[in-house]
Amino acid sequence: MDLFIQLTLTGLTSGAILALAALGFVLIYKSSDVINFAQGEFLLIGAYVTYAMVGQLGLHWTIGMALTVLVSVGLGVLVERLVLRPMIGEPIISVIMVTIGLSSLLKAIASMIWGNTPQAFPPFIPSTPVKILGATIGQDRLWAIVVAFVLLGAFTFFFRRSREGIAMRAVADDQQAALSMGISVKKIFAWAWSIAAATAAIGGALVANIVGVGPELSHFGLRVFPVVILGGLDSIPGAIIGGLIIGLLEQYTGGYLGNGLNQVLPFVALIVILMIRPTGLFGQERIERV
Amino acid sequence: MLTINNIEVIYSDVILVLKGMSMRVPQGKITALLGSNGAGKTTTLKAISGLLKPEDGEVTDGAIEFMGKPIQNQDAADIVRQGIFQVMEGRRVFVHLTVEENLVAGGYTRKELNLSRDIEKVYEYFPRLKERRNQTAGHLSGGEQQMLAIGRALMAKPNLMMLDEPSLGLAPLLVREIFHIIKRINEESGTTILLVEQNANLALGIADEVYIMENGRIVLEGRPEDLRENADVREFYLGLTEVGQRKSYREVKHYKRRKRWLS
Repeated sequence: MDLFIQLTLTGLTSGAILALAALGFVLIYKSSDVINFAQGEFLLIGAYVTYAMVGQLGLHWTIGMALTVLVSVGLGVLVERLVLRPMIGEPIISVIMVTIGLSSLLKAIASMIWGNTPQAFPPFIPSTPVKILGATIGQDRLWAIVVAFVLLGAFTFFFRRSREGIAMRAVADDQQAALSMGISVKKIFAWAWSIAAATAAIGGALVANIVGVGPELSHFGLRVFPVVILGGLDSIPGAIIGGLIIGLLEQYTGGYLGNGLNQVLPFVALIVILMIRPTGLFGQERIERV
Repeated sequence: MLTINNIEVIYSDVILVLKGMSMRVPQGKITALLGSNGAGKTTTLKAISGLLKPEDGEVTDGAIEFMGKPIQNQDAADIVRQGIFQVMEGRRVFVHLTVEENLVAGGYTRKELNLSRDIEKVYEYFPRLKERRNQTAGHLSGGEQQMLAIGRALMAKPNLMMLDEPSLGLAPLLVREIFHIIKRINEESGTTILLVEQNANLALGIADEVYIMENGRIVLEGRPEDLRENADVREFYLGLTEVGQRKSYREVKHYKRRKRWLS
């Protein structure tokens, strides 16, 4: 039983962080149909920038995080402006190829600045273990869950209630109609990319706080795919629930079936889901009136 | 209020669609723009609302003036902010959003933070939307979607509302209801309306001013009473010929000749 709670808590941690990374991915796909292969690198850059702010410059972690978010928003806008806007009107597959190029570029920039060896992260959240229902878990992991859930909740509220959020979903639905009511599609794309970069950066900082910072953090991006396929590529609640399911699944298989399998199982789940429900658990099916 | 002066619109640098189109939309009135398929009615609306750009179209000559200011080739967002709202052909509601979210999206350019009073006003015009406020718009019937499309336009509080074929694909009874509401909007809130229609009979029924378009330019204009009497309009747009006579091939030829003459 202790093991179960232990695994559940660890699973929730990585699930919540996965959900954060997946949120940006879904947002970009929803609004512009682009599959962003550079999502993992956004996470990597976010972790490194936090590392630079807190570890190298010695800023207080609150200021460091705020600056990281700002830098990421800037990065998102820059990518949208320089890389994606010139691609408007090109076939979607070319745009997707461009994001693959972007991922290599960002990874290379990160290793140019910070090198290739993993660094210990200055732990801004203490990792002192706490006992919950008999299971021991680092405080940093608990905080990661809290932060991720607060953010996810805030974004869900943003998309449901705020005018900008509804406008983003409107653009995803019908670009030209959105344009006809004065919604600037370019602005919405810039928003989507900056939110994606910012949430990924926060996710990156949370992971780095637990495992340290190094180039292999970008592999986290690869784990986003089973999440979004499971939840549905275009569903924000799907990203959240998909993230949690994959996170828990990884931990349970790791704990009960043995290490190593946990790397594989999410992708097995991905194949099964694609066979049963190609749009994912919460993916939008095309509404057709008869 | 809106003056279109001799404009030319070209798509993809080669296709000339509007060839010296001119018209005036007077404040507070309902102006109808009629014409057959491909005459350039929708292009005219898009030229006004700035929606040509995403389709690679451009106003290459002439001027469009709204309240005395030139607006041709401006961004769609800027034009909406100046008070022109186009209800696009085929309704184009956001199918995955709820009715109420659609309305909020329509009020995107408004400065006020709270739009609930405007939403209530839309529901006053269309009580049926209120019943379905939390339903996904994609599951509404065609008529309800058209109501939602017009409601979305109301949310922006435009000075000029342009409606592109609001009767498209709707049952006659619904069409009458919707036209009745268009008239009410015009009378109650003083919104100027520019109505594009293929259904000439209906449009002549509510318009104060009518323009007829052929081949990218205006060929006839006048008050609906006068146009109803015009022999060409009767024949080509209202489908009325001398009662009881069957059309012969000769007359069809005449039709074609007249059409050429008209343009």
